[in-house]
Amino acid sequence: MDKTTMTARQFLVRKERVGRIFIFKDDRWKKSLKKGATHAILPLLLLVGWQLTGMLGTVSKTVLPTPLDIVQAFYHLAVSGELTTHLKISVFRAAAGFLLGAGLGIVAGIAVGFSTKTEGVLDPTLQMLRTIPHLAVAPLFILWFGFGEASKILLIAKGAFFPIYVNTFLGIRGVDAKLFDVARILHFSQWKKIKLLILPSALPNILLGIRLSLGAAWLALVVAELMGSTEGIGYMMMDARQFSNTDIVFVGIIIFAAVGKLTDSFVRLLEKRLLRWQDTYKGSI
Amino acid sequence: MGVQIHIRDKSFRKGQTTVHALQDIHLEIADGEFVTVIGPSGCGKSTLLKIIAGLDADYNGIVEMNGVPIQGPGTNQGFIFQEHRLFPWLTVEENIAANLSLRDREIRKKVDELIDIVRLKGFEKAYPKELSGGMSQRVSIARALLREPKILLLDEPFSALDAFTRKHLQDVLLEVWRNKRITMILVTHDLDEAVYLGSRVVIMKAKPGRISRIIPIHLPFPRQRAHPSFQEMRQNVLKEFETIEAPPLMEGLGI
Repeated sequence: MDKTTMTARQFLVRKERVGRIFIFKDDRWKKSLKKGATHAILPLLLLVGWQLTGMLGTVSKTVLPTPLDIVQAFYHLAVSGELTTHLKISVFRAAAGFLLGAGLGIVAGIAVGFSTKTEGVLDPTLQMLRTIPHLAVAPLFILWFGFGEASKILLIAKGAFFPIYVNTFLGIRGVDAKLFDVARILHFSQWKKIKLLILPSALPNILLGIRLSLGAAWLALVVAELMGSTEGIGYMMMDARQFSNTDIVFVGIIIFAAVGKLTDSFVRLLEKRLLRWQDTYKGSI
Repeated sequence: MGVQIHIRDKSFRKGQTTVHALQDIHLEIADGEFVTVIGPSGCGKSTLLKIIAGLDADYNGIVEMNGVPIQGPGTNQGFIFQEHRLFPWLTVEENIAANLSLRDREIRKKVDELIDIVRLKGFEKAYPKELSGGMSQRVSIARALLREPKILLLDEPFSALDAFTRKHLQDVLLEVWRNKRITMILVTHDLDEAVYLGSRVVIMKAKPGRISRIIPIHLPFPRQRAHPSFQEMRQNVLKEFETIEAPPLMEGLGI
């Protein structure tokens, strides 16, 4: 249909037609089931292959436990309550570190994005700090802040800070200059300029920054817990490795992967809701 | 509101050379007049519009509105760009209101009225990505009108649209002009559009940008494009246009 001649009524009808997918529940179920099946094909095949290799006895169980062994280890850990204690403290550390790092990252990104002066003062130093690996500063952090929670949370914050800082900065500098002309013509106040123009325009980048920061926080958590701690998923894995309980190491890995994916999915859901207006290529087929 | 334009010189540096975008532009526009400006590309017609809008203050001369020098963009001057320049993250009604609150009952009423005038009923909650080019440009017209400008500046507003949509929007614009008596200054490179809308057609030439001739169009509204008197006017403008169009083109080609 020619868009130019489309009337309001036709537009509504079109919207309704699109909306109808959600009215017929069967359709939606079928669709999501089909999608889920496509996602699961490769992991399932890998699992079956893995289990068969283990059962044939070609690889030692200390090197590569079978999926069933891992499930069993998971079950024991869950029932004894050990898993929840470790997971709780790990999630607390990651959340605290992420909030601290990402919060500061957004603030710094906005400050540097808005003013070339702040950029000149802050950015070179931050870029320098960005390239320092966690492992290089972890001993220093422990020396300064002790073996307690402070050193771990700060290390995680350091990891979470940079992705969101860089992306927020990038997002603000990427605002279409032509829309600034419009803001001038319409007499936007400074606050409206930020609220209606700069933040919405930078939002895709900020959300991407959040996703990357969450990943970075999770990564830093492992480093922090492997370096020295008496609880947490990282510690659980370290401890299990020393006693050659490889199945527990796998449980730890799977938990890291699952929680990481879960938080990522949450941000993507947020993206879908907040970026409805975006008119970009969504991929085909 | 009338506009008094006296620009001696507007130039900017481009690498090593100085480009004279505008030179000796003297133009008095009366309150409620519809002036169309036409000229080859590079004649500075968009620059002229930006100066009146207050977006560009770097020139020698004086531009006034009812005797008051223009200091910067203001609510008196509305501006419609060649592209619609809507905020993609705002819906149609939010785009029209922009920095004004839709919760304000007065604003809400005016926005609804304008949506009616530009015939966008039913699309209030649509995002710009769901609109066609013509619809988007109508939203930007409504956005400008909501501020009740005394002068509306239009920079080739219909050039990216198809012939039917263009004709429709020209009539919408004429309707607004006749009802609200807003002073209109419209830049275009469409000869028909200039004659169809303008009570005066200002013809500019390039290098440096200056006024070549001003042709008054004494035809009653609404104008009939097929009418002999319209065609005669069109011929007059075309004749003048041809005398200035050819030489700069040759220069531009480096011949």
